Amino acid sequence: MSNEHSMRRVTAIRNGTVIDHIPCGQSLTVLEMLGVTGSTSVPVSLVMNVPSKKMGSKDIIKVEDRELNQGELDRLALVAPDAHVAIIRAYSVAEKLTINLGEEVVNVVKCAMSNCITTNLREPLPHRLKVVSQDPLELRCHYCGRPQALNELVDNVL
Amino acid sequence: MAGLITMDDLTNEEILTILDEAERLLPVAKGKLYLPLLQGRILGNLFFEPSTRTRMSFETAMKRLGGDVVNLGDVKTSSVVKGETLFDTIQMVDGYTDIIAMRHPRQGAAQYAQDSATVPILNGGDGAGHHPTQTMLDLFTIRQAHGKLDGLKVVLAGDLRYGRTVHSLSHALTRFGCELIFASPEILKMPTEIISDLSVHGAKITETEDLYSMIGDADVVYMTRIQKERFSDEDEYARCAGAYKLHADHLADVKANMIIMHPLPRVDEIDPSVDSTRHARYFEQAFNGVVARMALLCKLLGVTVPEDVNSAGGAL
Repeated sequence: MSNEHSMRRVTAIRNGTVIDHIPCGQSLTVLEMLGVTGSTSVPVSLVMNVPSKKMGSKDIIKVEDRELNQGELDRLALVAPDAHVAIIRAYSVAEKLTINLGEEVVNVVKCAMSNCITTNLREPLPHRLKVVSQDPLELRCHYCGRPQALNELVDNVL
Repeated sequence: MAGLITMDDLTNEEILTILDEAERLLPVAKGKLYLPLLQGRILGNLFFEPSTRTRMSFETAMKRLGGDVVNLGDVKTSSVVKGETLFDTIQMVDGYTDIIAMRHPRQGAAQYAQDSATVPILNGGDGAGHHPTQTMLDLFTIRQAHGKLDGLKVVLAGDLRYGRTVHSLSHALTRFGCELIFASPEILKMPTEIISDLSVHGAKITETEDLYSMIGDADVVYMTRIQKERFSDEDEYARCAGAYKLHADHLADVKANMIIMHPLPRVDEIDPSVDSTRHARYFEQAFNGVVARMALLCKLLGVTVPEDVNSAGGAL
Protein backbone atom coordinates (compact mmCIF):
# COMPACT_ATOMS: atom_id res chain seq x y z
CA MET A 1 0.00 0.00 0.00
CA SER A 2 1.48 3.33 -1.01
CA ASN A 3 2.06 6.34 1.17
CA GLU A 4 -0.27 8.29 -1.11
CA HIS A 5 -3.02 5.81 -0.43
CA SER A 6 -2.36 6.06 3.30
CA MET A 7 -2.69 9.82 3.19
CA ARG A 8 -6.09 9.48 1.52
CA ARG A 9 -7.46 7.85 4.66
CA VAL A 10 -8.17 11.40 5.77
CA THR A 11 -8.96 14.38 3.59
CA ALA A 12 -6.44 17.07 2.68
CA ILE A 13 -6.50 20.08 4.95
CA ARG A 14 -6.70 23.66 3.80
CA ASN A 15 -4.57 25.27 6.49
CA GLY A 16 -2.70 23.74 9.42
CA THR A 17 0.04 21.23 10.21
CA VAL A 18 0.70 17.69 9.03
CA ILE A 19 2.98 15.53 11.18
CA ASP A 20 4.06 12.47 9.26
CA HIS A 21 6.39 9.57 10.05
CA ILE A 22 5.45 9.38 13.71
CA PRO A 23 6.60 6.06 15.23
CA CYS A 24 3.72 3.60 15.46
CA GLY A 25 1.62 4.10 18.56
CA GLN A 26 3.19 7.45 19.47
CA SER A 27 0.58 9.72 17.91
CA LEU A 28 -1.55 9.90 21.05
CA THR A 29 1.55 10.82 23.04
CA VAL A 30 2.41 13.47 20.44
CA LEU A 31 -1.06 14.99 20.75
CA GLU A 32 -0.74 15.01 24.54
CA MET A 33 2.66 16.71 24.40
CA LEU A 34 1.31 19.30 21.97
CA GLY A 35 -1.58 19.99 24.30
CA VAL A 36 -4.18 18.80 21.76
CA THR A 37 -6.88 17.41 24.00
CA GLY A 38 -10.53 16.43 23.72
CA SER A 39 -11.48 20.01 24.46
CA THR A 40 -9.51 21.40 21.51
CA SER A 41 -11.86 23.17 19.10
CA VAL A 42 -9.81 22.73 15.89
CA PRO A 43 -10.42 19.65 13.71
CA VAL A 44 -7.79 16.96 14.29
CA SER A 45 -7.30 13.86 12.12
CA LEU A 46 -5.25 10.93 13.26
CA VAL A 47 -4.36 7.69 11.55
CA MET A 48 -2.42 4.94 13.26
CA ASN A 49 -0.45 1.96 12.03
CA VAL A 50 -0.60 2.83 8.33
CA PRO A 51 2.01 1.18 6.05
CA SER A 52 5.19 3.12 5.35
CA LYS A 53 8.02 2.28 2.94
CA LYS A 54 10.54 3.95 5.23
CA MET A 55 9.30 2.81 8.62
CA GLY A 56 7.23 -0.30 7.94
CA SER A 57 4.27 1.38 9.57
CA LYS A 58 3.67 4.79 11.05
CA ASP A 59 1.17 7.25 12.53
CA ILE A 60 0.07 10.54 10.94
CA ILE A 61 -1.59 13.58 12.51
CA LYS A 62 -3.26 16.51 10.79
CA VAL A 63 -4.19 19.54 12.87
CA GLU A 64 -6.28 22.12 11.06
CA ASP A 65 -5.91 25.88 11.46
CA ARG A 66 -2.85 25.59 13.69
CA GLU A 67 0.82 25.99 12.76
CA LEU A 68 3.41 24.47 15.09
CA ASN A 69 6.03 26.85 16.46
CA GLN A 70 9.63 26.01 17.41
CA GLY A 71 8.74 25.36 21.04
CA GLU A 72 6.16 22.80 19.99
CA LEU A 73 8.67 21.23 17.62
CA ASP A 74 11.08 20.85 20.55
CA ARG A 75 8.40 18.88 22.38
CA LEU A 76 7.74 16.75 19.34
CA ALA A 77 11.44 15.94 19.15
CA LEU A 78 11.21 14.10 22.47
CA VAL A 79 8.76 11.45 21.25
CA ALA A 80 9.06 11.54 17.45
CA PRO A 81 12.50 12.89 16.56
CA ASP A 82 12.31 11.61 12.94
CA ALA A 83 8.84 12.93 12.22
CA HIS A 84 8.28 15.14 9.17
CA VAL A 85 6.38 18.35 9.81
CA ALA A 86 4.74 20.33 7.04
CA ILE A 87 2.85 23.60 7.37
CA ILE A 88 -0.09 23.69 4.98
CA ARG A 89 -1.53 26.91 3.57
CA ALA A 90 -4.28 26.90 0.93
CA TYR A 91 -3.94 23.13 0.46
CA SER A 92 -0.22 23.41 -0.41
CA VAL A 93 2.93 22.71 1.58
CA ALA A 94 4.11 26.18 2.53
CA GLU A 95 6.99 25.12 4.83
CA LYS A 96 8.79 21.96 5.83
CA LEU A 97 10.05 22.17 9.39
CA THR A 98 13.06 20.35 10.72
CA ILE A 99 13.05 18.72 14.12
CA ASN A 100 16.35 19.01 15.92
CA LEU A 101 16.64 17.76 19.45
CA GLY A 102 20.01 19.46 19.95
CA GLU A 103 22.21 18.97 23.01
CA GLU A 104 19.78 20.26 25.58
CA VAL A 105 16.01 20.65 25.98
CA VAL A 106 15.29 23.91 27.77
CA ASN A 107 11.98 24.82 29.44
CA VAL A 108 10.05 22.10 27.62
CA VAL A 109 9.84 19.43 30.31
CA LYS A 110 10.55 19.63 34.03
CA CYS A 111 12.61 17.03 35.90
CA ALA A 112 10.57 14.08 37.13
CA MET A 113 12.40 13.76 40.43
CA SER A 114 10.20 15.02 43.24
CA ASN A 115 13.20 16.19 45.29
CA CYS A 116 14.99 18.05 42.47
CA ILE A 117 15.71 21.73 43.21
CA THR A 118 13.68 22.67 40.10
CA THR A 119 10.44 21.40 41.68
CA ASN A 120 10.31 24.70 43.57
CA LEU A 121 8.39 26.57 40.90
CA ARG A 122 9.53 29.94 42.28
CA GLU A 123 13.15 29.19 41.38
CA PRO A 124 13.80 31.29 38.26
CA LEU A 125 16.48 29.35 36.36
CA PRO A 126 15.25 27.34 33.33
CA HIS A 127 14.37 23.65 33.39
CA ARG A 128 17.20 21.94 31.52
CA LEU A 129 17.42 18.34 30.35
CA LYS A 130 20.69 17.25 28.74
CA VAL A 131 20.46 14.96 25.72
CA VAL A 132 22.85 12.16 26.65
CA SER A 133 21.85 9.99 23.68
CA GLN A 134 19.45 10.54 20.79
CA ASP A 135 19.04 6.88 19.83
CA PRO A 136 17.92 5.45 22.14
CA LEU A 137 16.68 8.69 23.62
CA GLU A 138 18.28 9.38 27.01
CA LEU A 139 17.76 12.62 28.85
CA ARG A 140 19.10 13.68 32.23
CA CYS A 141 18.33 16.66 34.39
CA HIS A 142 21.14 19.21 34.13
CA TYR A 143 20.89 19.95 37.83
CA CYS A 144 20.31 16.63 39.64
CA GLY A 145 21.47 14.26 36.90
CA ARG A 146 18.45 11.97 37.12
CA PRO A 147 17.56 10.04 33.92
CA GLN A 148 14.05 10.79 32.63
CA ALA A 149 11.77 8.01 31.38
CA LEU A 150 9.62 8.59 28.29
CA ASN A 151 6.33 8.34 30.20
CA GLU A 152 7.69 10.86 32.71
CA LEU A 153 8.45 13.31 29.91
CA VAL A 154 4.82 13.28 28.83
CA ASP A 155 3.64 13.80 32.40
CA ASN A 156 6.02 16.69 33.01
CA VAL A 157 5.60 18.83 29.91
CA LEU A 158 5.58 22.48 30.92
CA MET B 1 37.29 25.16 37.03
CA ALA B 2 34.19 26.85 38.39
CA GLY B 3 33.37 24.73 41.39
CA LEU B 4 33.16 21.17 42.66
CA ILE B 5 29.65 19.81 42.19
CA THR B 6 30.32 16.14 41.39
CA MET B 7 33.50 14.09 41.09
CA ASP B 8 33.18 14.49 37.32
CA ASP B 9 34.53 18.01 37.84
CA LEU B 10 37.97 16.58 38.69
CA THR B 11 40.27 14.42 36.56
CA ASN B 12 42.17 11.59 38.21
CA GLU B 13 45.34 13.63 37.84
CA GLU B 14 43.72 16.61 39.58
CA ILE B 15 42.49 14.35 42.38
CA LEU B 16 46.00 13.02 42.99
CA THR B 17 47.49 16.53 42.89
CA ILE B 18 44.94 17.78 45.45
CA LEU B 19 45.68 14.78 47.70
CA ASP B 20 49.42 15.57 47.46
CA GLU B 21 48.72 19.17 48.42
CA ALA B 22 46.52 18.03 51.30
CA GLU B 23 49.39 15.86 52.52
CA ARG B 24 51.72 18.86 52.52
CA LEU B 25 49.16 20.90 54.47
CA LEU B 26 48.93 18.41 57.35
CA PRO B 27 51.17 20.45 59.75
CA VAL B 28 49.04 23.54 59.01
CA ALA B 29 45.82 21.59 59.68
CA LYS B 30 47.26 20.34 62.96
CA GLY B 31 48.13 23.87 64.04
CA LYS B 32 51.87 23.27 64.04
CA LEU B 33 52.59 25.72 61.23
CA TYR B 34 51.09 29.08 60.25
CA LEU B 35 50.59 29.42 56.52
CA PRO B 36 48.09 32.20 55.65
CA LEU B 37 47.62 31.26 51.99
CA LEU B 38 44.00 32.45 51.99
CA GLN B 39 44.43 35.67 53.96
CA GLY B 40 41.86 38.23 52.86
CA ARG B 41 39.55 35.61 51.36
CA ILE B 42 36.06 34.89 52.69
CA LEU B 43 34.22 31.57 52.62
CA GLY B 44 30.42 31.59 52.73
CA ASN B 45 29.09 28.57 54.62
CA LEU B 46 25.53 27.88 53.45
CA PHE B 47 24.17 24.84 55.24
CA PHE B 48 20.45 24.45 54.65
CA GLU B 49 20.62 21.01 56.31
CA PRO B 50 22.20 19.98 59.61
CA SER B 51 25.96 19.44 59.50
CA THR B 52 28.67 19.07 62.09
CA ARG B 53 31.84 17.78 60.43
CA THR B 54 31.45 19.26 56.96
CA ARG B 55 30.58 22.76 58.16
CA MET B 56 33.14 22.82 60.97
CA SER B 57 35.95 21.35 58.87
CA PHE B 58 35.33 23.90 56.10
CA GLU B 59 35.47 26.65 58.71
CA THR B 60 38.61 25.21 60.32
CA ALA B 61 40.27 24.76 56.92
CA MET B 62 39.60 28.37 55.94
CA LYS B 63 40.77 29.78 59.28
CA ARG B 64 43.92 27.64 59.44
CA LEU B 65 44.87 29.16 56.10
CA GLY B 66 44.32 32.71 57.35
CA GLY B 67 40.95 33.24 55.66
CA ASP B 68 37.62 34.19 57.16
CA VAL B 69 34.16 32.64 57.18
CA VAL B 70 30.61 33.97 57.16
CA ASN B 71 27.81 31.57 58.03
CA LEU B 72 24.17 31.43 56.97
CA GLY B 73 23.51 30.25 60.50
CA ASP B 74 20.31 28.52 61.44
CA VAL B 75 18.01 28.30 58.42
CA LYS B 76 15.07 28.96 60.74
CA THR B 77 16.37 32.46 61.44
CA SER B 78 17.33 33.32 57.84
CA SER B 79 15.27 34.69 54.96
CA VAL B 80 14.80 31.12 53.70
CA VAL B 81 11.82 30.73 56.05
CA LYS B 82 10.32 33.87 54.49
CA GLY B 83 10.28 32.07 51.16
CA GLU B 84 13.52 33.36 49.64
CA THR B 85 14.57 31.30 46.63
CA LEU B 86 17.95 29.62 46.48
CA PHE B 87 18.71 31.82 43.47
CA ASP B 88 18.21 35.01 45.50
CA THR B 89 20.18 33.68 48.49
CA ILE B 90 23.09 32.84 46.20
CA GLN B 91 22.96 36.27 44.52
CA MET B 92 23.44 37.87 47.92
CA VAL B 93 26.15 35.58 49.28
CA ASP B 94 27.95 35.69 45.93
CA GLY B 95 28.53 39.38 46.59
CA TYR B 96 29.74 38.87 50.15
CA THR B 97 32.23 36.07 49.61
CA ASP B 98 34.99 34.62 47.41
CA ILE B 99 33.82 31.00 47.56
CA ILE B 100 30.76 29.16 48.88
CA ALA B 101 30.44 25.78 50.62
CA MET B 102 26.86 24.59 50.51
CA ARG B 103 24.63 21.77 51.73
CA HIS B 104 21.01 21.58 50.67
CA PRO B 105 18.24 18.98 51.10
CA ARG B 106 17.33 19.01 47.40
CA GLN B 107 19.21 17.16 44.67
CA GLY B 108 20.73 19.40 42.03
CA ALA B 109 20.86 22.38 44.38
CA ALA B 110 24.65 22.68 44.11
CA GLN B 111 24.60 22.79 40.31
CA TYR B 112 21.70 25.23 40.48
CA ALA B 113 23.72 27.43 42.85
CA GLN B 114 26.76 27.24 40.58
CA ASP B 115 24.66 28.36 37.62
CA SER B 116 23.42 31.29 39.75
CA ALA B 117 26.83 32.34 41.11
CA THR B 118 30.05 33.92 39.91
CA VAL B 119 32.15 32.47 42.76
CA PRO B 120 33.01 28.75 42.97
CA ILE B 121 30.55 26.46 44.77
CA LEU B 122 31.80 23.52 46.84
CA ASN B 123 29.04 20.93 47.09
CA GLY B 124 28.83 19.80 50.70
CA GLY B 125 25.92 17.48 49.91
CA ASP B 126 22.75 17.93 47.83
CA GLY B 127 19.92 15.70 49.02
CA ALA B 128 20.70 12.10 48.13
CA GLY B 129 22.85 13.29 45.23
CA HIS B 130 26.57 13.94 45.63
CA HIS B 131 29.11 14.80 48.31
CA PRO B 132 32.42 15.24 46.47
CA THR B 133 34.37 17.00 49.23
CA GLN B 134 33.64 14.01 51.48
CA THR B 135 34.95 11.79 48.70
CA MET B 136 38.19 13.75 48.61
CA LEU B 137 38.78 13.21 52.32
CA ASP B 138 37.77 9.55 51.93
CA LEU B 139 40.31 9.10 49.13
CA PHE B 140 42.92 10.86 51.26
CA THR B 141 42.22 8.44 54.14
CA ILE B 142 42.36 5.37 51.89
CA ARG B 143 45.63 6.46 50.28
CA GLN B 144 47.07 7.30 53.68
CA ALA B 145 46.38 3.72 54.83
CA HIS B 146 47.20 1.76 51.68
CA GLY B 147 49.67 4.06 49.91
CA LYS B 148 47.60 3.88 46.73
CA LEU B 149 44.05 4.13 45.41
CA ASP B 150 44.10 1.79 42.46
CA GLY B 151 43.10 -1.86 42.49
CA LEU B 152 41.70 -2.00 46.03
CA LYS B 153 38.73 -4.08 47.11
CA VAL B 154 36.21 -1.79 48.80
CA VAL B 155 33.00 -2.81 50.58
CA LEU B 156 30.38 -0.04 50.77
CA ALA B 157 27.65 -0.93 53.24
CA GLY B 158 24.39 0.43 54.60
CA ASP B 159 22.19 3.03 52.94
CA LEU B 160 23.40 2.98 49.36
CA ARG B 161 20.13 4.31 47.99
CA TYR B 162 20.06 7.67 49.71
CA GLY B 163 23.72 7.87 50.79
CA ARG B 164 25.33 10.69 48.84
CA THR B 165 28.77 9.88 50.26
CA VAL B 166 28.75 6.41 48.70
CA HIS B 167 27.37 7.76 45.40
CA SER B 168 30.32 10.11 44.93
CA LEU B 169 32.88 7.69 46.38
CA SER B 170 31.87 4.78 44.15
CA HIS B 171 32.28 6.97 41.06
CA ALA B 172 35.79 7.97 42.13
CA LEU B 173 36.87 4.46 43.16
CA THR B 174 35.68 3.06 39.83
CA ARG B 175 37.90 5.54 38.02
CA PHE B 176 40.86 4.21 40.00
CA GLY B 177 40.06 0.60 39.10
CA CYS B 178 38.83 -0.53 42.51
CA GLU B 179 36.57 -3.56 42.91
CA LEU B 180 33.32 -2.57 44.63
CA ILE B 181 31.07 -4.66 46.85
CA PHE B 182 27.71 -3.04 47.58
CA ALA B 183 26.17 -4.48 50.77
CA SER B 184 22.72 -3.18 51.66
CA PRO B 185 19.17 -4.21 52.55
CA GLU B 186 17.12 -4.78 49.39
CA ILE B 187 15.21 -1.48 49.64
CA LEU B 188 18.43 0.51 50.10
CA LYS B 189 20.34 -0.84 47.09
CA MET B 190 22.53 1.44 45.01
CA PRO B 191 20.28 3.24 42.45
CA THR B 192 20.19 1.50 39.06
CA GLU B 193 21.30 4.62 37.19
CA ILE B 194 24.47 4.75 39.29
CA ILE B 195 25.16 1.03 38.75
CA SER B 196 24.62 1.65 35.04
CA ASP B 197 27.02 4.63 35.00
CA LEU B 198 29.67 2.69 36.92
CA SER B 199 29.33 -0.29 34.57
CA VAL B 200 29.91 1.97 31.55
CA HIS B 201 33.22 2.90 33.17
CA GLY B 202 34.15 -0.78 33.53
CA ALA B 203 33.36 -1.19 37.21
CA LYS B 204 33.60 -4.62 38.79
CA ILE B 205 30.60 -4.68 41.13
CA THR B 206 29.08 -7.27 43.46
CA GLU B 207 25.72 -6.57 45.11
CA THR B 208 24.76 -8.44 48.27
CA GLU B 209 22.75 -8.22 51.47
CA ASP B 210 25.36 -10.26 53.34
CA LEU B 211 27.96 -7.80 54.62
CA TYR B 212 29.82 -10.09 57.00
CA SER B 213 30.84 -12.69 54.42
CA MET B 214 32.35 -9.97 52.21
CA ILE B 215 34.80 -8.30 54.61
CA GLY B 216 37.37 -11.14 54.79
CA ASP B 217 39.46 -10.06 51.80
CA ALA B 218 38.44 -6.39 51.70
CA ASP B 219 40.98 -3.56 51.86
CA VAL B 220 38.38 -1.02 52.96
CA VAL B 221 34.98 -1.43 54.63
CA TYR B 222 32.98 1.78 54.34
CA MET B 223 29.96 1.78 56.66
CA THR B 224 27.09 4.26 56.39
CA ARG B 225 24.14 5.17 58.54
CA ILE B 226 20.58 4.25 57.59
CA GLN B 227 19.30 7.81 57.27
CA LYS B 228 15.95 8.13 58.97
CA GLU B 229 15.48 11.63 57.60
CA ARG B 230 15.43 10.35 53.99
CA PHE B 231 12.46 8.01 54.55
CA SER B 232 8.90 9.22 53.99
CA ASP B 233 7.55 5.92 55.37
CA GLU B 234 8.49 5.21 59.00
CA ASP B 235 7.58 1.53 58.68
CA GLU B 236 10.01 1.18 55.79
CA TYR B 237 12.73 2.76 57.93
CA ALA B 238 11.93 0.43 60.83
CA ARG B 239 12.31 -2.60 58.55
CA CYS B 240 15.91 -1.81 57.64
CA ALA B 241 17.18 0.20 60.65
CA GLY B 242 19.95 -1.71 62.38
CA ALA B 243 20.49 -3.99 59.38
CA TYR B 244 24.26 -4.05 60.03
CA LYS B 245 26.10 -3.84 63.33
CA LEU B 246 29.79 -4.29 62.81
CA HIS B 247 31.37 -5.61 66.02
CA ALA B 248 35.01 -6.34 66.89
CA ASP B 249 34.08 -10.04 66.86
CA HIS B 250 33.46 -9.80 63.12
CA LEU B 251 37.08 -8.76 62.51
CA ALA B 252 38.91 -11.92 63.55
CA ASP B 253 39.73 -13.05 59.99
CA VAL B 254 40.06 -9.79 58.10
CA LYS B 255 43.24 -8.52 56.43
CA ALA B 256 45.67 -6.93 58.88
CA ASN B 257 45.70 -3.64 56.96
CA MET B 258 41.96 -3.48 56.27
CA ILE B 259 40.49 -0.16 57.37
CA ILE B 260 36.96 0.61 58.52
CA MET B 261 35.61 4.01 57.53
CA HIS B 262 32.39 5.90 58.20
CA PRO B 263 31.37 9.43 57.16
CA LEU B 264 29.75 9.83 60.62
CA PRO B 265 27.56 10.35 62.50
CA ARG B 266 27.10 6.68 63.34
CA VAL B 267 24.09 5.29 65.16
CA ASP B 268 24.65 1.61 65.85
CA GLU B 269 26.20 0.33 62.60
CA ILE B 270 29.69 0.26 64.17
CA ASP B 271 29.88 -1.03 67.72
CA PRO B 272 32.22 0.95 70.04
CA SER B 273 34.22 -2.29 70.44
CA VAL B 274 35.63 -1.61 66.96
CA ASP B 275 37.01 1.80 67.99
CA SER B 276 40.07 0.39 69.72
CA THR B 277 40.98 -2.04 66.91
CA ARG B 278 43.74 -1.29 64.41
CA HIS B 279 41.10 -1.20 61.67
CA ALA B 280 39.10 1.80 62.91
CA ARG B 281 39.85 4.93 60.85
CA TYR B 282 36.68 6.98 61.10
CA PHE B 283 37.96 9.57 63.53
CA GLU B 284 41.16 10.16 61.52
CA GLN B 285 38.90 10.27 58.49
CA ALA B 286 36.87 13.08 60.08
CA PHE B 287 40.09 15.01 60.82
CA ASN B 288 41.20 14.53 57.23
CA GLY B 289 38.21 16.62 56.23
CA VAL B 290 40.24 19.65 57.25
CA VAL B 291 43.29 18.98 55.05
CA ALA B 292 41.25 17.79 52.09
CA ARG B 293 39.09 20.91 52.26
CA MET B 294 42.15 23.16 52.72
CA ALA B 295 43.58 21.79 49.50
CA LEU B 296 40.22 22.15 47.71
CA LEU B 297 39.79 25.76 48.86
CA CYS B 298 43.26 26.57 47.53
CA LYS B 299 42.56 24.80 44.24
CA LEU B 300 39.25 26.58 43.61
CA LEU B 301 40.62 29.97 44.65
CA GLY B 302 43.62 29.55 42.34
CA VAL B 303 46.16 29.57 45.18
CA THR B 304 49.23 27.39 44.82
CA VAL B 305 50.23 25.24 47.77
CA PRO B 306 54.03 25.57 48.18
CA GLU B 307 56.10 22.43 47.63
CA ASP B 308 57.94 23.17 50.87
CA VAL B 309 55.34 24.44 53.33
CA ASN B 310 57.83 24.45 56.20
CA SER B 311 59.95 27.12 54.48
CA ALA B 312 56.89 29.09 53.36
CA GLY B 313 55.14 28.98 56.72
CA GLY B 314 55.96 30.35 60.12
CA ALA B 315 55.64 29.30 63.72
CA LEU B 316 52.36 29.96 65.46
